[in-house]
Amino acid sequence: MTRYTSATPADRAEMLAAIGVGSTAELFEQVPEPLRLDCPLKLPEGMSEAEVFERLSALAARNVDAEEQVCFVGAGMYDHYVPAIVDAIAQRSEFLTPYTPYQPEISQGGLQVMFEFQTAMSELTGLPVSNAGLYEGPSSVASAGYLAMAATKRRRFVVSRGLHPHSRETLETYAVGYGAEVVEVGLSGGETDAGALAAAVDGETAAVFLQSPNFLGAVERVEALGVAAKEHGALLVVATDPMTLGVLKPPGEQGADIALGEGQPLGNRLDFGGPSFGFFCATEEQIRRMPGRIAGETDDVDGRRGFVLALQTREQHIRREKATHNICTAQALNALAAMVHLAWLGREGYRELGELLVRRTVYARERLAAVPGVELLHEAPVAREFALRLDAPVDRVLERCAERGIAAGYPLGREYPEYEDGLLVAITERRTKAQIDDLAEALGAAVATERGEFPVDITEKSPQGVG
Amino acid sequence: MQRERAQTIYEKSKPGRRAATLPAAEVPEPPLEELIPAELLRDEPPRLPEVAEPEIVRHYNKLSRRNFDLDSGFYPLGSCTMKHNPRLNERVAALPGHARLHPAQDPKRAQGALELMWLLQESLSEICGLPHVSLQPSAGSHGELAGLLLTRAFHADRGEERTKVLAPDTSHGTNPASVTMAGYEAVKVATNERGGVEMDDLRAKIGEGPDQVACLMLTNPNTLGLFDENIAEIAGLIHEAGGTLYYDGANLNAVMGQSRPGDMGFDIVHVNLHKSFSQPHGGGGPGAGPIAVSERIEPYLPRPQVVRRDGDNGHGPFFDLDLERPKSIGRLRGFQGNFGVFVRSYAYILSLGADGLAEASETAVLNANYLKARLAEGRAGERLPVAFNRHCMHEFVLSGKPMKRELGLATLDLAKRLLDFGFHPPTVYFPLLVEEALMIEPTETETKESLDAFADAIERILAEAEDDPGVAKQAPYTTPVRRLDEVKATRKPVIRQPL
Repeated sequence: MTRYTSATPADRAEMLAAIGVGSTAELFEQVPEPLRLDCPLKLPEGMSEAEVFERLSALAARNVDAEEQVCFVGAGMYDHYVPAIVDAIAQRSEFLTPYTPYQPEISQGGLQVMFEFQTAMSELTGLPVSNAGLYEGPSSVASAGYLAMAATKRRRFVVSRGLHPHSRETLETYAVGYGAEVVEVGLSGGETDAGALAAAVDGETAAVFLQSPNFLGAVERVEALGVAAKEHGALLVVATDPMTLGVLKPPGEQGADIALGEGQPLGNRLDFGGPSFGFFCATEEQIRRMPGRIAGETDDVDGRRGFVLALQTREQHIRREKATHNICTAQALNALAAMVHLAWLGREGYRELGELLVRRTVYARERLAAVPGVELLHEAPVAREFALRLDAPVDRVLERCAERGIAAGYPLGREYPEYEDGLLVAITERRTKAQIDDLAEALGAAVATERGEFPVDITEKSPQGVG
Repeated sequence: MQRERAQTIYEKSKPGRRAATLPAAEVPEPPLEELIPAELLRDEPPRLPEVAEPEIVRHYNKLSRRNFDLDSGFYPLGSCTMKHNPRLNERVAALPGHARLHPAQDPKRAQGALELMWLLQESLSEICGLPHVSLQPSAGSHGELAGLLLTRAFHADRGEERTKVLAPDTSHGTNPASVTMAGYEAVKVATNERGGVEMDDLRAKIGEGPDQVACLMLTNPNTLGLFDENIAEIAGLIHEAGGTLYYDGANLNAVMGQSRPGDMGFDIVHVNLHKSFSQPHGGGGPGAGPIAVSERIEPYLPRPQVVRRDGDNGHGPFFDLDLERPKSIGRLRGFQGNFGVFVRSYAYILSLGADGLAEASETAVLNANYLKARLAEGRAGERLPVAFNRHCMHEFVLSGKPMKRELGLATLDLAKRLLDFGFHPPTVYFPLLVEEALMIEPTETETKESLDAFADAIERILAEAEDDPGVAKQAPYTTPVRRLDEVKATRKPVIRQPL
């Protein structure tokens, strides 16, 4: 017996007798003999619980996480504080261990959470229709492409270079399958180049994809940029950061047909990139083309209020090859974490958090731009993240900051060759003024040293990096 | 379970109440309009609920008690593998070194995470019998899409463009949906009298245009819980036509350490970590759907790929994210995949080891065949005959056709009545080719006592229906709500709280 099975030798004997076979080997005879493994898998033997814990703790200890380093890295996922009640509620067996709510009578808890979540996401984005969540951000962008093709019968996407690089690449991966073309429009002064966008959109365009705040942190003028899409009958798809929507104008009030994004900042930990969730909201016109689960309100036979999976005729388990999407298992528990986090923040807390992020971001931007050898990459308005140019090799500056316990930001050169000198810095409510000031000091010292201005670098006292 | 009338968190809201307190700004606080142009700012904050923490906790605790869950009872949902979710796995996933690791962290400061991913890749490679693994897909259906895009890239690289993907009529709904999303045409293949692929139909479908066959998607054992004995011949036919063979890994729990998809001839396999590898299902996710592939498919795997590089100057190996993959289909999502799921599943593989995994599958098959034998007795044996009468693997399918004809009880009624007996019903009305289907997968983590109790409950429900079928037809009675009007929810959808 493993520690997760219960069949004793006596149980086995009784069960085999009831089946009418002498051994389990007889049950496996339906597997043709040459295909039956004749030796154990080449894997280690099972370990005790304590040993597994130690083994995985040892692996975890070889990562430098946001408890060891002050984290100014964002680029789509952010080191926010997750309130204690999120963990307490999400770890309850009743939420952690059920399957998808195919039996609504005994799944009212999960279904109602979906309904509350959909309500919240509609409020945040300003669009009336929300699903219960998709896998994560970039694949949600690709899913919007699939919807736009079905809605417009066109096969061309115009994409801002301000859209997250992972989203652009994922959209292209999917587009090869469903046969669409992706055309990219560049940035100017940190924002999507409006003239180039207008020129790129035509009568064959299914959708225009923007992100605001965009990957460089700039708050885009979505409404103005969206005019080109409206003129040509293309859908306007806007990726956004949910932590900014307490203060920024929601996409739905700026003409977006679809608003979506990475949900991690709401109630989900960093987890080296997942699991998190994607949110996906749209106008009423798109309700029957939506991907993913949607919970709806109804009554039971006694007239009692209840919730079910609504509009299932869109889904793969009913429509098979005619489904609006192939998604089945998504991210229900992660969406629940988001809902609890939003309830905890509440209307005022959510707005205050948005304001706090803007003010600290503006402070940090000014503070860092004043450091010699550091300047702004763009001057567009920002809400929680901003881009700098360094007059020194970015990787070496990052390394020096890391040695002082600071993850100073995301090197833009990883995804944007034109910004080889670029650094993207993200702010959360966990990043205090003191930490921002420390970053300014560390960045200044690192840039100066790399420029050969300091004969002695204080970081050289502790040359032992990690790795 | 909690039976009060449902009230949403918004209905518990009153202006002025709150839970969160935030840190002070500590920085200058000019009006927001001085920092961001007013036309880009929101007029009113979104109407989120205003509730204090004690009531938020009560609200969600009450809601939780309106859910049935695996930790509370037997959950024999076919093709879903509702096996125990070890709490150890939650503990290790929550370690700060995993949970608070930023996905853009420099690989040299994420060596533990990358090594864990590499070790999981190696483990899945061994279990599937295929040399290469990508962990990137987020769930089974995402793995299917990946597999089809890999197939397209594989053929394109040979200057071919193929249009059709074959799948049996017993396949999961995700298969044909993925086929359409990947730009192919879905072609159905019939099932033979033993529950396997109808070979003549397969030959005919291939014969219509071998150079158009991109792929055959197969679940083996299939959704009837039966291993397809002709798998070697099937693989031969598809490969001869130049297509790829795709393995839907939803049923991998039947064959871990017993038989390997790679040895069966499959080119691409997806693995549902939230099924066979114990990731909790979370009421509909998260999961993960890594894919294992053969040598000829490897060049096209998504990027980035986790690789192990030899260390130099006496250093140990270095684990890295390989982005330089010129033939790659590209990314399927952001960052590296659902890492938290990888941690749990790797912990599970370490816990069980080679012998434990083989024993898990063996016991899953034993439990399924035992429950099938129990349900072949008495009233169930008469009213709910097994669809294909042979030994099953990890699951089996019954038909409620005689029950419906003789007692007037539909499979749905039986399922709803089971709720009153404290059981989650099996998967119902699937696979489509079995009338009034009930698809039952007990998994290895259930006791003989649970299986007996479930069989007894079915017997009692059928006996009760002989006296009065009306009881089951109106069921359930004891749940937080009774049968719900699903038609109304689709015709006039109310999908958010009016505020």
